[in-house]
Amino acid sequence: MEAVITQSVSEKVKTSGADAVLRSLVAEGVDLIFGYPGGAIMPVYDALYHYQEEIHHVLTRHEQGAIHAAQGYARATGGVGVVMATSGPGATNLITGIADAMIDSTPLVCITGQVASSLLGSDAFQETDIISISMPATKWNFQVTRAEDIPTALAKAFYIAKSGRPGPVLIDITKDAQFDQVEFDYKKCEAVRSYQPIPEVQPVAVQAAADLINQAEKPFVLFGQGVILGQAEEEFKTFIEKSGIPAAWTLLGLSALPTEHPLNVGMLGMHGNYGPNKLTNECDVLIAIGMRFDDRVTGNLSKYAKQAKVVHLDIDPSEINKNVKVDAPVLGDCKESLKQLTELVKRKSHQSWLDQFRTLNDIERAQVIQPELNPTEGQMTMGEVIKEVNELTEGEAILVTDVGQHQMVACRYTQFKQSKSNITSGGLGTMGFCLPAALGAKLGAPDREVIAVIGDGGFQMTIQELGTIFQTQAAVKIIILNNSFLGMVRQWQQLFFDKRYSSTELINPDFVKIAEGYGIKGKSIDQRDDLKSAVAEMLAYQGSFLLEVHVGKEDNVFPMVPTGASVSDVRLS
Amino acid sequence: MNKDFTITAFTENHIGLLNRITSVFTRRHLNIESLNASESQIPGIHRFTIVLNTTEEMVKKLVLQLEKQVEVIKAIYHTDEETVFQEITLFKISVEKAAEDNLVERLIRDKNARILSVEQDFMIVEKTGHKVENDDLLEFLKPYGLIDYVKSGRVSLIKMDEELKDLKKLIKEAKQAEYKQSLN
Ligand SMILES: Cc1ncc(C[n+]2csc(CCOP(=O)(O)OP(=O)(O)O)c2C)c(N)n1
Repeated sequence: MEAVITQSVSEKVKTSGADAVLRSLVAEGVDLIFGYPGGAIMPVYDALYHYQEEIHHVLTRHEQGAIHAAQGYARATGGVGVVMATSGPGATNLITGIADAMIDSTPLVCITGQVASSLLGSDAFQETDIISISMPATKWNFQVTRAEDIPTALAKAFYIAKSGRPGPVLIDITKDAQFDQVEFDYKKCEAVRSYQPIPEVQPVAVQAAADLINQAEKPFVLFGQGVILGQAEEEFKTFIEKSGIPAAWTLLGLSALPTEHPLNVGMLGMHGNYGPNKLTNECDVLIAIGMRFDDRVTGNLSKYAKQAKVVHLDIDPSEINKNVKVDAPVLGDCKESLKQLTELVKRKSHQSWLDQFRTLNDIERAQVIQPELNPTEGQMTMGEVIKEVNELTEGEAILVTDVGQHQMVACRYTQFKQSKSNITSGGLGTMGFCLPAALGAKLGAPDREVIAVIGDGGFQMTIQELGTIFQTQAAVKIIILNNSFLGMVRQWQQLFFDKRYSSTELINPDFVKIAEGYGIKGKSIDQRDDLKSAVAEMLAYQGSFLLEVHVGKEDNVFPMVPTGASVSDVRLS
Repeated sequence: MNKDFTITAFTENHIGLLNRITSVFTRRHLNIESLNASESQIPGIHRFTIVLNTTEEMVKKLVLQLEKQVEVIKAIYHTDEETVFQEITLFKISVEKAAEDNLVERLIRDKNARILSVEQDFMIVEKTGHKVENDDLLEFLKPYGLIDYVKSGRVSLIKMDEELKDLKKLIKEAKQAEYKQSLN
């Protein structure tokens, strides 16, 4: 390994490669890891036995559970999630989580065991070429075949995972490298010569952006997870407050700005709010901050904000002009670029423009929000469950969601006061993400209430992690919004496939009994009158609690921008 | 509008990097016309020359996505006019057939090709040039006992190497920083 600039933090000691792995983790300040043992990683697990004071290892029930837990941990804490797995099936079971972390820019260090280097390429027992398999879904990966390379590889892994635009990194360590001796000397990595994680903010670029913004009559801000990853929540708030610009969030930008902030005009995209979708095609300057114009946000690109000049602040140069043509790109860390931009923008208020959002919001409120949150008859709705949770958690909880209708409803209606409070699989849309991610979030932020909102479908994709919740005694609150359908797919079948419900109906087990089998308290309700007390009971309960709520089987999520349609063709029904 | 672009990428010389580079194209369902990997004038730095037929808009995105890879130091693209480039084709020709007709020998001379080796039954002819020229000779030779042929990828040098000054500076700085670190 060459070309790594490092800083020494320890004295040399002779030890095994496996022990060097643990020492490296300790040197990086890691105290919690998730994983699952097996043959090729056993030397590391054996070494781990001696580090129980320093490092808590959470044994999940599946490697996918381990990696999603590490993602939940990383998203709740802002730190790097660490996962360990064995070779072959252990490593391949990580792939979904790796792809998820890649597309959602989550910093992870995955450590996999590999067969001995003498056996590489020979189809040895549990050998799989995880380096090639994970390559397109990792920010960086590396196979270590010599013990002496372990500290440098891990130092580089942590640095790359968390610097610039974060992402997952995988280090594959052959079994002989774990057994062999190494002179351990850990130096934290501070630079890699081929890698420039943070482009420097160019004052001319900021000026060009400010000029566009200062001339705008109807400016509109779209913010994404970049604001959270850049820890730029304060700078962001100061910027919109000074410039008086309404701001809407992407799914991953959610919670970067408090829900109640007067300039927060809601959610973008397919199931986003009516106002922001409609007015995207009316604004004159669109200011995108730490977001990547995902197709779920833009709808049909050829009809997306064509009238507007576009300003784009991002840390990743390859995002500029990737999907939307940009007039004023501002590369760099948005914590810095927002500071500079705020100085250059005029103090303004755009009252009549803001009122346009309010007017559209009133229409949405009457047609969609009111009936969703305050129904008086029929089956319970997903929205009223979320509303009940809001009332009792007062915007202080971490919301973790799975993928589907419940995700859209929960993200639309949950109130947030703090950043890093919304954890969901946005880019990959991975069902099964929620339960383990909620566990990881709770272990990372034990003082916060963590509420997992899951569909009956997705719950059964990683249901085995109830075992991990039981074993760790993590007080995760689980709400299953049970519609006995793969709801989101059913909704599409209803709207676009003439109601042919092909393979979407679920005949479900008794979830409460399953929870009880795992020592988790459970309750199931299907009457509106029981909702308030059930949510209160769940929140008051000391340990983990599973609340199953039977909701309308064929309820739909609206508004909706149908695929291929323009954002301004957003439907309310 | 589609046309040929040459992408030049300077990278670390690491196992698996070729995979990472090609996956940038695979992801977008793009076919690489040719790919050549070699050392570069900077010790330890590898140079990839990739030819692609696509739009300029696309090649701009590709270059940024290549440069995003941690071990890619710099990626740039050029049109054919901005580079000097060559490809090689080797031909295996039946000696017997060639002897029947001295046209073959004349052709080899006229087309600026050369005979590399003559064996008992066949000879090997080399033609270096642009793809069209090499392919032109190929078509001529087909009826005259062509037994086999192989084509290389493109190698190309950039006429203006302003961009490369940056690259050299970058590496020099990194080396100095590295050296400084190693002192303390
Ligand atoms: C691993 C995976 N497989 C398939 C899908 C496609 N998909 C998206 S939403 C959905 C239905 C989810 O159903 P459920 O978990 O019950 O949640 P609901 O939509 O009913 O709230 C499916 C199958 C997916 N996102 N992830």
